Amino acid sequence: MLSDKTFTIDNKNIPFRDGDTIMDAALRAGEYIPHLCHNPEFKPNGSCRVCVVEANGQRVSACNQPALENMVVDNSSDAIMDLRRSLLQMLFVEGNHVCPACEKSGACQLQAVAYYTRMLSPHFTHFFPRRDMDATHPDIAIDFNRCILCKLCVRASRDVDRKHVFLISGRGINSRLVINSPSGKLGDSEVSITDKAVAVCPVGAILPKHKGYEKPIGERLYDNKPISIMGDVAANFSLNSFSKDVDVK
Amino acid sequence: MKHFKSKIETLVSEAENTPDLLLQYLCTVQSLYSYIPERIVHLLADRLDIPPVKIFGVVDFYAFLHREARGDFDILFSDSITDRMLGNQELIDSLCMKLGVDLGKPRNDERVTVDVASCTGICDQGPALLVNGRVISKLDEERIVAIHDLVESCTPVTDWPESFFIVEDNIQRPDILLSDQIANGSAIKALISNGSSRFLETLSQSGLRGRGGAGFNTATKWRLCRNAQSDERYVVCNADEGEPGTFKDRVLLNSYADIVFEGMTLCGGAIGAEKGYLYLRGEYRYLLQDLERTLQKRREANLLGRNILGQEDFNFEIDIHLGAGAYICGEESALLESLSGKRGIPRDRPPFPVTSGFRQKPTVINNVETFLAAAKISVFGAEWFNSVGTENSSGTKLLSVSGDCSRPGIYEYPFGVSIKQILGDCGATDTQAVQVAGAAGTTIPPEEFDRKISFEDISTAGSIMIFNQQRDLLDMVQNFAHFFCHESCGFCTPCRIGGTLMKNLVEKVVAGHATRYDLDEMQNIGMVMKNTAHCGLGTTAANPVLNTLEKFPDIYSRRLANSGYEPSFDLDASLEISRQVTGRDDDGAHIWDE
Repeated sequence: MLSDKTFTIDNKNIPFRDGDTIMDAALRAGEYIPHLCHNPEFKPNGSCRVCVVEANGQRVSACNQPALENMVVDNSSDAIMDLRRSLLQMLFVEGNHVCPACEKSGACQLQAVAYYTRMLSPHFTHFFPRRDMDATHPDIAIDFNRCILCKLCVRASRDVDRKHVFLISGRGINSRLVINSPSGKLGDSEVSITDKAVAVCPVGAILPKHKGYEKPIGERLYDNKPISIMGDVAANFSLNSFSKDVDVK
Repeated sequence: MKHFKSKIETLVSEAENTPDLLLQYLCTVQSLYSYIPERIVHLLADRLDIPPVKIFGVVDFYAFLHREARGDFDILFSDSITDRMLGNQELIDSLCMKLGVDLGKPRNDERVTVDVASCTGICDQGPALLVNGRVISKLDEERIVAIHDLVESCTPVTDWPESFFIVEDNIQRPDILLSDQIANGSAIKALISNGSSRFLETLSQSGLRGRGGAGFNTATKWRLCRNAQSDERYVVCNADEGEPGTFKDRVLLNSYADIVFEGMTLCGGAIGAEKGYLYLRGEYRYLLQDLERTLQKRREANLLGRNILGQEDFNFEIDIHLGAGAYICGEESALLESLSGKRGIPRDRPPFPVTSGFRQKPTVINNVETFLAAAKISVFGAEWFNSVGTENSSGTKLLSVSGDCSRPGIYEYPFGVSIKQILGDCGATDTQAVQVAGAAGTTIPPEEFDRKISFEDISTAGSIMIFNQQRDLLDMVQNFAHFFCHESCGFCTPCRIGGTLMKNLVEKVVAGHATRYDLDEMQNIGMVMKNTAHCGLGTTAANPVLNTLEKFPDIYSRRLANSGYEPSFDLDASLEISRQVTGRDDDGAHIWDE
């Protein structure tokens, strides 16, 4: 039950419950705060920092900052949008994100949030890292070039699928997603196409196989309406839209 | 090999069915084998019920753990800016050449690896290196020649000349903390006779604030932990002294360890904790044996263990956990992760450690110096402490002074001491700048030398690095940019990527290819890091660049390319591979600058 307590986001009153983060209350009130690593089904991670807002004068990540009564939150000023755009640009140059050649283009959260923050170019110097692709699994492919280290697959595989298929290894700029299997490949891991971990990837890193480009460009998730209206990739994920052959329980 | 295996198996079989000790096992394995063999990972994985890939994830996080054999001699040169100022680069090159190795790559015969490490905390007597975890200070060419001979003759490090391993305390100016001695057990006795509430009142009156730099009120922290609802509490001493230029904890643990342990025990008694941990940075592993010996003596004197000093239900034990080369683990929540055998990724806060710390139980984490001060306050009282210092910064502060001065070492001053006085006392002349509080700290120009060390003005865990007029401060900026890139945990976007972009731009300035635009770009990236990073490392990692851009703009502007537009790479240099392939070096194979 919602209490009488409220705070404001861009001068709009937002009711909240005890224990809510700014993001929790905003999502419930239908107020969009851009985000990548957050998914309301999971404990906040707070790593992408794209949900940065100014709350009572402090720059904080909305996904893990507790809501407080009468808090004043700025979610749309140029200063906040500039920070978000820079973070997006950093993510774009860190990996190899070739949107025109990506199956997820048009239905990718990274791309959609980039549009939302009015990002026009990656701006920074590309790192062009050498990263592999793993197509060893019969139903799932993973392209590490597109991974943004949001840890959603890590959390989903651990907390929902109970399989611990994905983990983060390395440190600093060498941080990388790794697979928990004897060979380190997806093919001999316990992952399956119906796993939550496959459904939560916000970008084109984890992709169901056999069904490419089913929806034409122009009809894809974010092609006609922005992410602030359409919501997350994971919230729109339906396995049937990818593969009609798989039996979904 | 059988001997090793049984040792590991003994270690693992003694585990309390908890993966907390994973990192400790890995440190032991690393020192036995010079790497972490895959079969041992699988053994550990079976015993601790942790997937192997997760163990590899831990191995890959810590700089001192390796997947490839480093050989009989693992040599790590300290590569802090102060080591560089003392000429470590020539010594590294010299040793690499003599041994025939490339930096960071094990020699083919698996005899030796020469590599660099972040600041090893020997800044007052550098250049320094670690060989199989032992410190060699005051390096010069003569020592390098001797080290080369010892490696080539395969002499075990235990047989190397003892004189190599002398690390002096270098206490140049003691004040109340370092001079007024207390008898072992006296702080605990005072707690027993006064009771916890009265002791915490005394601690509160003393005004003691955390000595790690953040300055949270110590009595408040201890009370919050004491009052948190729980069946278990923990005391953790943060001895992960990784801030470049800081080495006071090295001295305290070398010569004042008893009082530090006394302070931890005192805390345990006051808050109702029965277990304490000293988290010792891997670089200080050479102190471990003596520290264990001190703990053993304290157990024998009934200053640790059950019913301490005959007091029923006063039980407290201390274990030492080693770090393994990760600056981020000095951040208290990352330290707690590392203490649990995990990758040192800082947690979300709140909840704070006082309510949810080690094993998610209420935990007091304090700096080494804080525990020392608390022990002495218990004996000498609040006034002894708060009669010196400033209004909001009572007591004294230990400063680690290094760089361009004639008397580097430990200086203890009442809070409120000016930079000018420190410079005078340590024999620094012709000073261009003072870097206070380490790589993440503040660069102070001469016109600000009247500023004071205190929580009100310049707060610091104690690092003071001095640069004279002959130094190029850009060398410092470059060293720190590399440091933060190396030490970023990689968790959040701005620190992981922004830190790397920043390092690359600093390199561009150094190479003489940068323009005004790049300086603006550095400013912008720095502000993104400051405003959006997940933890204190990320929010402060851009400080050396932001501070010097503001206070020392000349170090940048004199390196800028003159033209309004300059490509971000050297066109001529980029043709070098083509020249090598074609065997040409004529004018037509070059793009010369106009």
